[in-house]
Amino acid sequence: MSLRIENLAVDLGEFKLQDISLTLEDGDFFALMGPTGAGKSVLLEALVGLVPQSAGEIYIDERKISHLPPEERGIGIVYQDYALFPHLSVLDNIRYGLKFQSREKSGLKSNAERMQVVDDLIPLLGLGHLLDRYPTTLSGGEQQRVALARALVVKPDILLLDEPLSALDPNFRQELRTHLKNLHQASGATFMMVTHDFSEALSLAQHAAIMAQGKLEQTGTIEDIFRRPTTAVVADFVGMKNLFKVEFSATKACCEEVEFKVGRQPESGSGYIAIRPEDLILSKTPLISSLQNSFAGRVAAIRSHGFFYEIDLTVKTLTFTAVITNHAFFDLEPAVDSNFFLSFKATAVHLI
Amino acid sequence: MRKESFLWLTLASSFVVLLFVTVPLLRMLTAPSLASLWETIRDPEVYRSIWLSLYTGISAAAICFVFGTPLAYLLARSEFRGKKLVEAIVDLPIVIPHPVVGIALLGLVGKNFWLGRIMHELGLQIVGSPAGIIMVMTFVGLPFYLQAAKEGFASVSPRLESVSRSLGASMFSTFIHVTFPLAWRSILSGIIMCCARAISEFGAVVIIAYHPMIAPVLMFERFQSFGLRYSQPVAVWLIVVCLLLFLSLRLVGSSSRKSESRGRA
Repeated sequence: MSLRIENLAVDLGEFKLQDISLTLEDGDFFALMGPTGAGKSVLLEALVGLVPQSAGEIYIDERKISHLPPEERGIGIVYQDYALFPHLSVLDNIRYGLKFQSREKSGLKSNAERMQVVDDLIPLLGLGHLLDRYPTTLSGGEQQRVALARALVVKPDILLLDEPLSALDPNFRQELRTHLKNLHQASGATFMMVTHDFSEALSLAQHAAIMAQGKLEQTGTIEDIFRRPTTAVVADFVGMKNLFKVEFSATKACCEEVEFKVGRQPESGSGYIAIRPEDLILSKTPLISSLQNSFAGRVAAIRSHGFFYEIDLTVKTLTFTAVITNHAFFDLEPAVDSNFFLSFKATAVHLI
Repeated sequence: MRKESFLWLTLASSFVVLLFVTVPLLRMLTAPSLASLWETIRDPEVYRSIWLSLYTGISAAAICFVFGTPLAYLLARSEFRGKKLVEAIVDLPIVIPHPVVGIALLGLVGKNFWLGRIMHELGLQIVGSPAGIIMVMTFVGLPFYLQAAKEGFASVSPRLESVSRSLGASMFSTFIHVTFPLAWRSILSGIIMCCARAISEFGAVVIIAYHPMIAPVLMFERFQSFGLRYSQPVAVWLIVVCLLLFLSLRLVGSSSRKSESRGRA
């Protein structure tokens, strides 16, 4: 089902959420991203109804839920630490929510149907051999799967996931990503996931929003946010390392002594431009091509990141950061203080 | 060298402290002969008083459980203006001298106050009755129960309650199915502590109800009238009852530690 948030505000004294408006389509997998302290978890708790809101409305389809207590909203939550009930076995944890579901609302008419949901979820999440165990004896990944099963058994309209993969051993993350993706498809529920990790969002979510300091900065498809950040905060968060304050004139942007061709007419007289580091091309000789921006520069620093290198290049008074593959690195053999050309398309320049 | 002498000092003082606690108790336990112990417990006055002590103490703990549990939960979960004051108030019975407690309560339920007169008119006998004893015991035992229950509730993660609510359980269902079972060990410890404290009360009880006699009052009376030799066997029987209670408290505590370490393995 779809989730619609209209002008939601939460006031926790020292922390505020302001004017949050967001729509999740039915069956969406939505990623909520932002730096630590942005208010992502507060937003989740406000959606569940655990934090009182000071303004705004929340709708599931056309049903207004903002005035309802948590148990009547139909929104499930899976916490980062999974919050399994330590006094109950895995099976009792999974079945916990069933005893509170009123028959009309859950759409699960009979007890047999409810049990069927449990029986379907257990193999889907590979929990069959753990049913009699207690949560404290489980590994992180196992606990997470139990938490997911427990949340999905009651067929929530919306499932909120608070950094579902961050507490796991990196080796198991890929496996659990796959689990999450399958579950999302199998359950048909609308998922909203908080994450720090862009690759996680890219591999799982269709839409995303970036939050900072209690406000939504940008909402859209993952691709849009990654390629076309609309605010400086978003650009910084998604890794747009090359962010410059510029003055626009016609289709050009000037920052100090460097002049960029930006392809289209910007609206205001001054603003920011951002270029993704992987969109910068390094070469030993000037490239004669359709690349409209080409500058001579000097290598200021080289950082190895295993699969790629980050290279800082000084062009007049500006410093650019480019990302090149190991292969390109050995072709070019850049060294600190050596001279290179830096080229990029006008369309790779984002106006912010 | 200095470190070693410090070690000796700690060992020596620990030894002194342990002796100070155990020697008087051991002396008292071994003073009466088995025959006199047997004779004492067959004395109706003695077993009636011990039974009275037991059931009034347990009743007081039950009252603390029923009325104190919601307050303990509130103190563990919410922050509000004046919380420190509330906590100070519920701790008052610990610091007030016991006879003062008795006098304060007597001032409320005695015949020279309107409340006491109304209760007397209604036929409610507080002064000199088991009800009065239970009232005094509840007063002195309450802080011990509240403290333990509050710690128990505070140790339950609020996230577990949040998850429970999101799964469709009301606040009350969540309390019954999640919070209470997880805090149960602490609550049980609190009940036992409260009960033990209630049974040991003398100073406040003796002002509200000299008769019927709880065990400590009987002991006092026998000491006054007949001397040490006649109060010792009663004391032994009472201390056996108290030790049984404390022993069960320790068992509850250690079994919880065991299950935790099993959980971590």
